[in-house]
Amino acid sequence: MNEDRLRAAVAAGVMSSEQDYRALLHSIVEVARAIFAAKASSITLLDEEADELVFEAVSGEGSETLVGRRIPSGTGIMGWTLTTRQPLVIEDVSADPRHSREAAEETGYVPEGLMSVPLLHEERALGVLQVLDRQTPFTLQEMELLGLFANEAAVALDLLQRGRRSAQVLEGSGEDVALVARLAARLDALEGEKRAAALDLLRALEEILT
Amino acid sequence: MLAHEEQHEPIPAWSLPADSIDRIRLAPEWPERVTREWAIGEATGAGITVCVLDSGVEAGHRLVGSVDEAVSVTVGEDDEPVVAPDEEGDLCGHGTACAGIIRSLAPECRLVSVRVLGAGYTGSGPVLLAGLRYAVEQGFDLVNMSLSTTKSQFAGILHELADSAYFRRTVLVASAHNMPVESYPWRFASVISVGSHEQPDSHAWYYNPAPPVEFFARGVGVDVAWLGGEQIRVTGNSFATPHMTGICALILSKHPELTPFQLKSVLYLTASNVGGER
Repeated sequence: MNEDRLRAAVAAGVMSSEQDYRALLHSIVEVARAIFAAKASSITLLDEEADELVFEAVSGEGSETLVGRRIPSGTGIMGWTLTTRQPLVIEDVSADPRHSREAAEETGYVPEGLMSVPLLHEERALGVLQVLDRQTPFTLQEMELLGLFANEAAVALDLLQRGRRSAQVLEGSGEDVALVARLAARLDALEGEKRAAALDLLRALEEILT
Repeated sequence: MLAHEEQHEPIPAWSLPADSIDRIRLAPEWPERVTREWAIGEATGAGITVCVLDSGVEAGHRLVGSVDEAVSVTVGEDDEPVVAPDEEGDLCGHGTACAGIIRSLAPECRLVSVRVLGAGYTGSGPVLLAGLRYAVEQGFDLVNMSLSTTKSQFAGILHELADSAYFRRTVLVASAHNMPVESYPWRFASVISVGSHEQPDSHAWYYNPAPPVEFFARGVGVDVAWLGGEQIRVTGNSFATPHMTGICALILSKHPELTPFQLKSVLYLTASNVGGER
């Protein structure tokens, strides 16, 4: 048995669930929307294999229909933000007929203005955070705030991707690996005497196995 | 061993013998005080070729005018970058916006579009490098780069390209990042790096004595050209950069003999917080 796979299984067992990550991303777009008094906010994640952006979390307009929707990674405003790794603020996007049409077809919602910022973690561009139809006038300070906020979102996205990779390892493995993951998760949930007893048992098992 | 080699191979002449001072005599006499009038007075950008390395440019847009040449860079079947005539135009709107800003400042410059968007995210690194290499090899006077990469594997090659451009008198004008991340090529000293100021004045630029961002140009609430002949209002360092590029085009059209070092010196001496009149 590959040691790395067992480690990943243990990690997956004690790491938060997919649901927890979704909740984290959702809270990020909710807060982004609140900070900028915006009508909507979204996080798209790059699917490197398909070379597409996938909506992972949406707050406000489009929140019920957009999650899971895919768009190209190399065209349009989101594609530009991702590939150039530069933020972009548009005060009146509805004047751009091509974007409006695409947005209407893809998302059912045409914003008037938007802020689009890349989610960068270490060397990678993970996705794009957008804030649509901000109510406040735009300043450079806001741009910096958006950049700081995007860093937080990028860390969350990185965690989400790691969690998914660990979960994939788990799914593709046999029952033995899954058993280790389940044990790790249960041990992690225990407290007090029960935890101490479980640890004693595991140590005994380790001794027998060595 | 060394003495033997020296006898057979001449040492590169990176020195200046006393009788060779005429060889490096500079063409124009610089005025006692470099003013905006001396730097850009009556200048139109005529004779200067500006490359917009971006998402493509919508030729014929009323704020852009004609585009003299347009190529696209994509990744070919064998993962090698391919440079071909661009049939698609602008895939985002951003390149058209940059071209319009440059045109507004330097109405008579030549505009060339090198499109590096459209290959998808995965091809974006090699395509960016290939696009920049093409621009440097073509010997354009100015290259407007409102883009960057965070991949350190490309940093070395980008650095070499930026230095090569600098010595060949191709000036790279690159957007600084609005975000606290390591990215390239704007951090290199051989490029002109640009951030935004909030003044609604396209002719106001500031020298930053605390690099890596060297200059600030107009980048907030700018009315720009966009797809379909439209006009929209935008903000970001990526729009400050073409302002600086347009100003550079004006200076070079009036003083084509300037090296990138001298151009930077003129930008410094005429900056709004140094000797500029604004």
